[in-house]
Amino acid sequence: MSGQTSSDATPLERRVWETLEAVLDPEIPVLSVVELGIVRHVRRADDGRLHVGITPTYSGCPATEVIERSIREALEQEGLSEVVIDTVLWPAWTSQWLSEAGRRKLEAFGIAVERSPSRPLACPRCGSGAVERLSEFGSTPCKAHYRCTSCLEPFDTFKCI
Amino acid sequence: MSAAAESALPAAGEDHPRYVLRLADTSLVLGQRLCEWVGHAPALEEDLALGNIALDLIGQARLLLAHAGRIEGRGREEDQLAFLRDAPEFYNVALAEQPNGDFGATIVRQALLDAWQLELYHSLTASADERLAEIAAKALKECRYHWRFSCGWLVRLGDGTAESHARAQEALEALWRFTEELITPDALDVRMASLGIAPPLAVVRARWEARIAAALKEATLRQPSSHHYPWHGKSGVHTEHLGHLLGQMQHLQRTYPGVTW
Repeated sequence: MSGQTSSDATPLERRVWETLEAVLDPEIPVLSVVELGIVRHVRRADDGRLHVGITPTYSGCPATEVIERSIREALEQEGLSEVVIDTVLWPAWTSQWLSEAGRRKLEAFGIAVERSPSRPLACPRCGSGAVERLSEFGSTPCKAHYRCTSCLEPFDTFKCI
Repeated sequence: MSAAAESALPAAGEDHPRYVLRLADTSLVLGQRLCEWVGHAPALEEDLALGNIALDLIGQARLLLAHAGRIEGRGREEDQLAFLRDAPEFYNVALAEQPNGDFGATIVRQALLDAWQLELYHSLTASADERLAEIAAKALKECRYHWRFSCGWLVRLGDGTAESHARAQEALEALWRFTEELITPDALDVRMASLGIAPPLAVVRARWEARIAAALKEATLRQPSSHHYPWHGKSGVHTEHLGHLLGQMQHLQRTYPGVTW
């Protein structure tokens, strides 16, 4: 389940979700924080303030702080300045929360997406299934490094965790 | 964590933050050690792998330090805890602070600790400390692929050339004595286990020993016969290496107190 506007969301909560859909991941600037599945809740809490729950993809992901700042700035521009950002750790983020639209954007951007550890990948450039993993670690914590043995291009893969 | 969840914790006084600091410091010190490889690893892929693992460990350490500071209630935040404590106030296991040595020694140290963190965090997901259980569940996902990396290399080096086998075996002999404290409970471990905050270390020990024995067998490495020297890093008694590591890690904050970006 990715974080989504529920049908009983208030108009304010809907407006916040819409705003967050335009906040992009600084490391993968085609993907919004909503598509990445890291926005876990938006609600007016008992303290009267607006709470936005964010979960980190990886414990050490350096983008997390930039994302928090971007969310605050985007909401401030909407006139919402008294926002509390909750860091949600449970349940831990999983790549299953990446939305279908998010997957398609990543693939169009040249980043393959591992749907499950057993499902074969296709090269995002030539579509060939003849690919090999060079390393389980890549340019950011969320990516692994692959190579296509047909077109010989290296490419990043969004890891399945 | 909510105030309600916080008050539901078993009363553990100073033991509780001390226990969380043990976990935090082990991740922080090991992460700092791995950072020394950045730009120096044998191949680009290994450089990226060690840097990525270090990043995960430092991220885990930050969550744990922040939690320790909160339950300690003395207003110390993660930066103060990381940068303004001296070696005797660090409670990491001494294995984590051992120098990198060659790539083989780094892999042996990493495999011994990855297997331990994997089993420990697995058990900690059931901790009575709700926040600690959440951090453990997050860290566990990362420890799984850390172990795949270090165990994979352990087997490749051990079951590789005569040279790589000899170096891996030598590192194992040198580091094995530091494994005793990973799996032997002291009084604090026992008190934390009785409150349900920590798992009984006997459980972690059995699973760690089985995991390591299987990996060493596949790597054709010989398990050293005894632990024979108990270190007490988790009580703040360290080898001489920790002071040097902290000297480098804390230099900036010690020289310019309160400095910010």
